[in-house]
Amino acid sequence: MNWTLILPELVLALGGLVILAAGVLPRRDTSFAINMAVLGTLLVTAVLVLSQPEGVAFLGQYVSDAFTKFMKLLVLAGAALGLLLAMDWNVKEGLSRFEFPVLLLFSSLGMLIMVSANDLITLYLGLELLSLSLYVIAAFNRDSERSSEAGLKYFVLGALASGMLLYGSSLIYGFAGSTNFGRIADAVGTTDGTPFGLVVGLVFVLAALAFKISAVPFHMWTPDVYEGAPTPVTAFFATAPKVAAIALLTRVAAGPFGELVEQWQQVLILASLGSMILGALGAIGQRNIKRLMAYSSIGHIGYALMGLAVASEIGIRSLLLYMAIYVFTSVGTFAVLIAMRRNGRALEGVEDLAGLGRTDPAMALGMTVFMLSMAGIPPLAGFFGKLYVFLAAVQGGYWTLAVVGVLTSAISAYYYLRVIKVMYFDAGTALDPRPASLSAVLAGTGLFTVFFFVFPAPFLAAAQAAVAALLG
Amino acid sequence: MIAALAFYVFAAILIASAVMVVTSRNPVHSVLFLILAFFNAAALFLMAGAEFLALILVIVYVGAVAVLFLFIVMMLDIDFVQLRQGLQRYAPIGAVIGAILFLELLFVFGSWQFAPDVAMLRLNAVPIDPALSNTEALGRLVYTDYILLFQIAGLILLVAMIGAIVLTLRDKPANSKRQDIAVQLARAEAVALTKVPARTGLDKLGIVRRKLPEPPKPKKVAHEAHGHGHHDQEEGGHH
Repeated sequence: MNWTLILPELVLALGGLVILAAGVLPRRDTSFAINMAVLGTLLVTAVLVLSQPEGVAFLGQYVSDAFTKFMKLLVLAGAALGLLLAMDWNVKEGLSRFEFPVLLLFSSLGMLIMVSANDLITLYLGLELLSLSLYVIAAFNRDSERSSEAGLKYFVLGALASGMLLYGSSLIYGFAGSTNFGRIADAVGTTDGTPFGLVVGLVFVLAALAFKISAVPFHMWTPDVYEGAPTPVTAFFATAPKVAAIALLTRVAAGPFGELVEQWQQVLILASLGSMILGALGAIGQRNIKRLMAYSSIGHIGYALMGLAVASEIGIRSLLLYMAIYVFTSVGTFAVLIAMRRNGRALEGVEDLAGLGRTDPAMALGMTVFMLSMAGIPPLAGFFGKLYVFLAAVQGGYWTLAVVGVLTSAISAYYYLRVIKVMYFDAGTALDPRPASLSAVLAGTGLFTVFFFVFPAPFLAAAQAAVAALLG
Repeated sequence: MIAALAFYVFAAILIASAVMVVTSRNPVHSVLFLILAFFNAAALFLMAGAEFLALILVIVYVGAVAVLFLFIVMMLDIDFVQLRQGLQRYAPIGAVIGAILFLELLFVFGSWQFAPDVAMLRLNAVPIDPALSNTEALGRLVYTDYILLFQIAGLILLVAMIGAIVLTLRDKPANSKRQDIAVQLARAEAVALTKVPARTGLDKLGIVRRKLPEPPKPKKVAHEAHGHGHHDQEEGGHH
């Protein structure tokens, strides 16, 4: 048995256990050391992922190829950036307990397992490991009513989604007689026509995954949970878990159900259209910037899903690029939101950004870059993300998707530009000085967003290799 | 013949007790019926030749889970009448949704189709090596074939445990009394061993028993009254 293949997961899991044990030792405030240890473990895991051989292990339950490498590196980057964002916030809010980074580490482990899942059971267990950690860190600020509410709401709806996933999986297993993706693909390929029960199972699984990426019509929890959870947790929710769930969705759609394209394509086209429209319209009236980002993330998932919905090689490549760009732009935006603090109190209103253009020009410039990138203004990274997706849709002949995508981009530009207008044209007082870790994240993601157009080639090549491995 | 009869008896009792779990007014009765249902399910497993599952069902579900249920039902003061208040109002819409779902499922399973190889798999009554015992076969599956999944499941339980502690444990050294063994041992000289002659009371030796404090007045919400009150008793009362 080729167990050395799972070395990255093994190191991450053992690292988590060791760090947990170290955190329990009764010593004074070890939270900084624990944070650093978790960051280090994530980094080591990323190096191991880079050098991971390709292949299948554990009787086909686990797979490693260029696709998993691409997605895992993205997930680990999102998790590490999320932890960087949370460190200072947790200290200021009195939440600096060692369990937070440990839970973040275990959720990353769950995401890695999801990305490498090649079996319905692995998929489910990875998803549960991720979700359970997320439920807890959503409610991490347990003395805050809103945080507890966010955790509970996420938990109840997440449990419902898990139930749907399991029900759909059982129908698929009932049809194929195996939970392995390869065996399911064989069974689907050798059957004439499309068995009705199998399609019902597939739709249930898609619905559960759509819940995890908060695609319409399974988005209801997103604004409330994003608003209630502590801001760094929201930042984490909006990035890494979505990448992992998108990776899972892509593998399920392209792998075992590659033959049933017409079946899942309809579902994804509807989800994509709905998400783009709701993301654009829902965010317009929002005064709370975390709610605004929730709707924005729903919209972005709609654009990303467009890449998968066109069901072509270039489409999936554009999806991977879109997710990579989305992660870095989102992290940058949330770095600004986390830095929004006046007299030690965290702020969440859009109008609290007023006057930032004069009081903190650097941060205002960063926020402007991120907002313009999200709106899709060239030559920023977000423009290229949307460009590739729309190109894929047009090449596949899916004009409705492309036209709705362009229209909703134009609508959503309104609320992104409104944030910029508030920063530069409204009067306001200065925010508290921002900590160094946030400045570093801001600078890094800002530079990526601005200069992506100079070096898109390595990203394109990596995404191309990933798609080639996936479609094999 | 006898096997068939036994099957129908166990199955009938199982279904009847399952119905009683849902319909019984007293939650304690519900749990007891649940235990009965578990026993009958275990008997059905035994008849199917799955002796390991049958015993595990009794040990885990009856021994641990059902007893836990019983504890929870007795300790949490849930007003089940209040919980059922909306029943009549929401029953029609629930029935409609249920009926639609039922028809859909009927449609799904009515037109059920297996993959070509799976039809063969189904005809194979014993998929495992008959030379293996139940326990061995399951052990091979769980600890060899599915070791990865088994370990991930373990991690999920670990995360659940961390989560429960993170969200509920509060360290309040000022308000809680912990056992400090060193202090207790150091108090040995403060404890006087007195030989009390038979048929005399403590009073004759001049030891006055402390009056126990008044029990706390019952409050409206019963479970709030638990937990407190025990600390009020003086620690010296043991002597």
